[in-house]
Amino acid sequence: MTSAEPTAPGTQLLGRLLRHRQFVTGAALFSIVLLAAILAPVIAPGDPTRIAMRLKFLPPSRDHLFGTDNFGRSLWSRVIWGAQLSVMTGLAVVALNAVFGTLFGALAGYFKRLDNVLMRISDALMAFPAILLAIGITAVLGPSTSDVILALAVVYVPRTARIVRSSVIVIREMEYVQAARACGAGDWRILRRHILPNSMAPLIVQLSFLFAYSVLTEATLSFLGLGAVPPTPTWGNIMAEGRQYMVQAPWIIAIPGVALMLTVLGLNLLGDGLRDVLDPRLRIQP
Amino acid sequence: MARFFVQRLLTALPILAMVSLITFGLMHLIPGDPAAALGGMSATPEQLAQIRHDLGIDRPIWIQLVRYYGGLLHGDLGRSILLGQGVAAATLARLPVTLSLSLYALAITLVLGLAAGIAAALRHNSILDQAVMMGAMFGISVPSFWLALLMIIFFAVELGWLPTGGYVPFLQDPVGWLRAATMPAISLALLQVGLLARITRSTMLETLRQDFVRTARAKGLPNALVVGKHALANALIPITTVVGIIITLLVSGSVVTETIFSVPGIGQLLTSAILNRDYPMVQGGLLIMTALLVLVNIGIDFCYALLDPRVRYDER
Repeated sequence: MTSAEPTAPGTQLLGRLLRHRQFVTGAALFSIVLLAAILAPVIAPGDPTRIAMRLKFLPPSRDHLFGTDNFGRSLWSRVIWGAQLSVMTGLAVVALNAVFGTLFGALAGYFKRLDNVLMRISDALMAFPAILLAIGITAVLGPSTSDVILALAVVYVPRTARIVRSSVIVIREMEYVQAARACGAGDWRILRRHILPNSMAPLIVQLSFLFAYSVLTEATLSFLGLGAVPPTPTWGNIMAEGRQYMVQAPWIIAIPGVALMLTVLGLNLLGDGLRDVLDPRLRIQP
Repeated sequence: MARFFVQRLLTALPILAMVSLITFGLMHLIPGDPAAALGGMSATPEQLAQIRHDLGIDRPIWIQLVRYYGGLLHGDLGRSILLGQGVAAATLARLPVTLSLSLYALAITLVLGLAAGIAAALRHNSILDQAVMMGAMFGISVPSFWLALLMIIFFAVELGWLPTGGYVPFLQDPVGWLRAATMPAISLALLQVGLLARITRSTMLETLRQDFVRTARAKGLPNALVVGKHALANALIPITTVVGIIITLLVSGSVVTETIFSVPGIGQLLTSAILNRDYPMVQGGLLIMTALLVLVNIGIDFCYALLDPRVRYDER
C-alpha cells in the first residue's frame, strides 16, 4: 500500500493524479479550453460579431482558420469567444454550487432539525428532470446567460447539497468530532474545522462533473434559443444559426460541436481521475 | 408488497404537492407583465386586460392558487394560449409519440449498455474492455443535439437512407415508424448507453469478485450460468437504480431531440410553448412530465422488490 509511505499527503495525491492517464488527458484538454477562454482577446482580436457579407460561407482555410458563417463572421473568433462564455458559465455554476451546496448540505447534515425541511425542498426540486427545470426557469426569466447560470444553480444546488450532507452525516458521528465537542468546541467551529475539510473529496468530484453538465446544458439551452441572445456568440447559438445552412456549410455546426465535445470530454476525464484518486469508494474499476 | 406500494405512493403525494407549488411559483417569477409580453407592443389596454383575465392573473394571488389547485384536483391544468386547447388533453394526445420514442431509445440503451458493460467486465483490462470504456466516455461527452445534426447531414441528406425528421405512428405503419424514429432514438440513447455500460461494468466487476461466484465456479457450473444467473442477478439492483435515472434523462432529453427531428411529441409541444410564451402550457407540461417521472421512480422502487428477494418492504 502506498498510503503507508511517509510522504506529505498533498504531494502524494498530486503524484497519484499525475500518474492517472485519464486525469492527465482531461486536464490537458480542459487547459486548452481554459487558455482559449482567458486569451480570447489576444488570439481572436477580431470582433466576433463583425459582419462581412462578401466573406460569407468561406470554408476553413489558412486565412479563416475555422471558416466563416452566413454573415461572413469569423468562426474562429466566434468559437473562441464562445469558449469564454462557456467557461464563465461553468465557473459561475460551480462557484454557486460550492457555496450554497456546501452551506445547505452542512446545515442539513449537521442540524437534525433542519434536515427534514431542507431535504423535502430538495426532494421536490430534484423530482424535476434537470434540463426541464432549467428550461422552465430560463423560459420564464427570459434568455440571457445570467438567467441560465441562475437556472443551473437552482437545478444543481440540491444535488450538491445531498452529496455534502451524506458525508457530513457520517463524519458527524466520528470519534474525533465527539472529542472536539468534549473539548468545548462550538457547532460552527466543529463544522468549519473538523467536518467540512473532511467532506470535501466527494464535493470536488461532483463539482468537476457539474462543470461538464453546466457547459453542456448552457449549450443546449442556447441552441434552443434560451441562452445568450445573438449576436453574442455561444457554442449553442452558433450551431442553432448554422443549422439552416448545415448542408451548404457544415463546418458552422461541426466546429463548435467538436469544441463542446472536447470540453465536456476533458472535464469528464478530469472528474473520473479525481474520483479514482480522492474518493476510491465510488471508483469505476480501472 | 401491496402495502409497500400504497405507502410509496403516499410518500409521493407531498413531493407532487411541492412540485406543483414550484411550477405555480415559477409562472409568477415572470418579470414584468406577462400580458404585455403576450400581447406585444401594439396591444390596446382592453386587449391586455382580456389577456390578464384569460390567464387569471387579474385576481389576487391566493385566489389564483386556490383555483389552480381546484383545477388540478379535477385534472384541469388550464388552457393553452397557442392551441386554444386544454393543457392536459394536448399533452396526453402527444404522450404516445414521446413514449414510443423513449421506449425505443430505452431498448437500445438496455441492449447495448448491458452487453457492452458485461463484455467489458468479463474481459477485464483487455483491449475490448478499454475500447468499451473509451466508447462509453465519448458517449457521455457527445452533445446529443449535435450528434442529431451530424446524423441528419450524413444519413438523411448525404446518403438519403432515412427521413430528416417527422413521425409516423407505429400502429399505422411500423416500417415508417422505424425509419422515422431510429435517428432520434439513437441520438437520445447514446449518452445513456455510455452511462449504463460504465455502471454495468463496475458492478459486474465487483460482483464477479465475490465469494459466491467463486463457489459457483468451483462447483463446476458452466460460465454462462455463473455470469448470467449468479453474477448478473446480483448486479441488477444498482443497475436498476441507473435505469431509473436513464428513463428520466430519456424523457427530458426528448425535448431537444423532438425539436430537432420535428417529432410531434410532448418535447416539441413544450419547446414551441416556450418560444411562443404559452405560459399555461409550459407550466402544465412541466408538471405532467415531472409527475409521470415521479411515478416511474415508484415503479423502479417496486422493481427492487421483484428483483431482489432480500428486499422485503412489508416486514416493517
